Amino acid sequence: MAKLTKKNVLHVAKLANLTLTDEEVEKYLEQLSNIISYISQLDEVDVSELEPTSQTTGLENVLRIDELKPGNSLDLKYALSGTENTHNDYFQVDAVLEERSDPTTLKLRGASK
Amino acid sequence: MNMKLPLTIKETQEGLLKKEFSAVELVDAYLNRIKKFDKEINAFLTVSEEIAYMQAKRIDESIHRSGKKIFDEYSLFGVTVAHKDLFLTKGVRTTAGSKVLKDYVPQYSATVVKRIEEAGAIMIGKLNCDAWAHGSSGENSDFGSTKNPWNKEYTSGGSSSGSAASLALNFCLITTGTDTCGSIRLPANYCGVYGLKPTYGSVSRYGIVAMASSLDSIGNFGRSVDDIKRVFDVTRGEDGRDATVANYQFPTTNFQLKPKIRIGIPREFFVEGLDKEVEKTIMESVDLLKKEGIEFKEVSLPSTKYGISIYYIIQPAEVSSNLGRYDGIRYGAKRDNFGDEAKRRIMLGTYVLSAGYYDEFYLRAMKVRSKIIQEVNAVFEDVDALIAPVAPTPPFKLGEKVNNPLEMYLTDIYAATANLSGIPSIAIPSGFSKKGLPLGFQLMGPRFSEYTLFALGKFYHELIDYKPRVAF
Repeated sequence: MAKLTKKNVLHVAKLANLTLTDEEVEKYLEQLSNIISYISQLDEVDVSELEPTSQTTGLENVLRIDELKPGNSLDLKYALSGTENTHNDYFQVDAVLEERSDPTTLKLRGASK
Repeated sequence: MNMKLPLTIKETQEGLLKKEFSAVELVDAYLNRIKKFDKEINAFLTVSEEIAYMQAKRIDESIHRSGKKIFDEYSLFGVTVAHKDLFLTKGVRTTAGSKVLKDYVPQYSATVVKRIEEAGAIMIGKLNCDAWAHGSSGENSDFGSTKNPWNKEYTSGGSSSGSAASLALNFCLITTGTDTCGSIRLPANYCGVYGLKPTYGSVSRYGIVAMASSLDSIGNFGRSVDDIKRVFDVTRGEDGRDATVANYQFPTTNFQLKPKIRIGIPREFFVEGLDKEVEKTIMESVDLLKKEGIEFKEVSLPSTKYGISIYYIIQPAEVSSNLGRYDGIRYGAKRDNFGDEAKRRIMLGTYVLSAGYYDEFYLRAMKVRSKIIQEVNAVFEDVDALIAPVAPTPPFKLGEKVNNPLEMYLTDIYAATANLSGIPSIAIPSGFSKKGLPLGFQLMGPRFSEYTLFALGKFYHELIDYKPRVAF
């Protein structure tokens, strides 16, 4: 059985793009450890002969014709209605790339952290 | 105004037709009750008064113009509905019970919302629930918990807390909900109303905030079997927008029980930890049905004891993926608005999917899920339905389990089987405990056996001469 560490909690929070306070890290470490210890009861099941189930419909390759139907897509006005941060009819987002100082060192923001 | 509010669709439509009340008067009465009682109960997150009056006026005009035939054309004509706040409603705020979506106004409506509206219903508002449907008590709502109408110190059950509580208080006539692991059946059971968790893939999930996509079932609540059936008749079937939905050819016989019915009693559901009163109400129901010629047989589903373990791997994995889209860019607030439980599940899911743990947790859980499905399929070779408790105990007190997530999760130990295997189940009220809290049970059947379950539910309902009750 895997034992959860503080490092795991911080790593998982980073992967999930969540910011945790120190108290939260402690709390989640304890609570998640309890849950993981419980779910590890599955270790006792022999799964060697079992295929995984990812869905229960029995349907395969459900297809439809890829065509544009009126009313199936949103007008610009509606598509942008969920946020005030727009610019020239585009969504405004935080910059992903750092400002270019040297063309060869273009890097993703956050990658150096 | 002191009118007697109808409790079922049938009573409502007969009353409208006989002009005992108008649709506008019904809306007046519901809104009065909501204003008077909901401060204490907290079932509604949004009341859509304007829309309700607009639709009610249209209903009254149509009845005046067309008379009885309008009810034949529109099966939910004049029926007042409220939706769990996970269902997108065009132009009406939809929060999923979370602060992340506290100002989100959808640009379109869910298929189910649209179908119910097109069948003639009046929408009165949006209902409280555990945020993102994560919870068994309603206490994880970012907008405060819903109280149990039968005793305000107790939880209403969750996650569709407002959906069940508002029916026990007659805030409206029918409600919708989602059931990923008991989120319809548990609150229905705890508030003393009927709840349907349909077959996975029988009702479209389009326009409903996704929780765990391989488990989410879209269902509904009512105060009678007829009512939950009537809504299912309207909501089921393909919409071209959810690839899991198949147009299954349901038998159209109305509530007709086939001559020889055999119901299984799964041994593993009646073990230590099951409350005596819950067990007693089920066994009394079994005895009653036996006297009417229904056969019962003990069956075994040994792997269902792993249900919660499988569920708490697969579900958080899918949650972490589905909640990944909330980045605050196109709509909604930023990720630091997620509450405790959402964060807990996102992290658990990210963990079981992360490099080095995928095989140990996620893949293994998907394999044990197959084992449960094999056992369930084998049992249904032998029996037509299964009778089981919805939860190990009657309603528990507010605050009792909030600091122990694992204990809260185990509330749903009897609910997991139906979701993991994709089968339908209905929660049926059977009476009240010594403390005056609702009791009941669930009936599960093979995939697409909803109409057998309705027939059984109705048979039982008539046998005990069930009368819908409102808490106060």
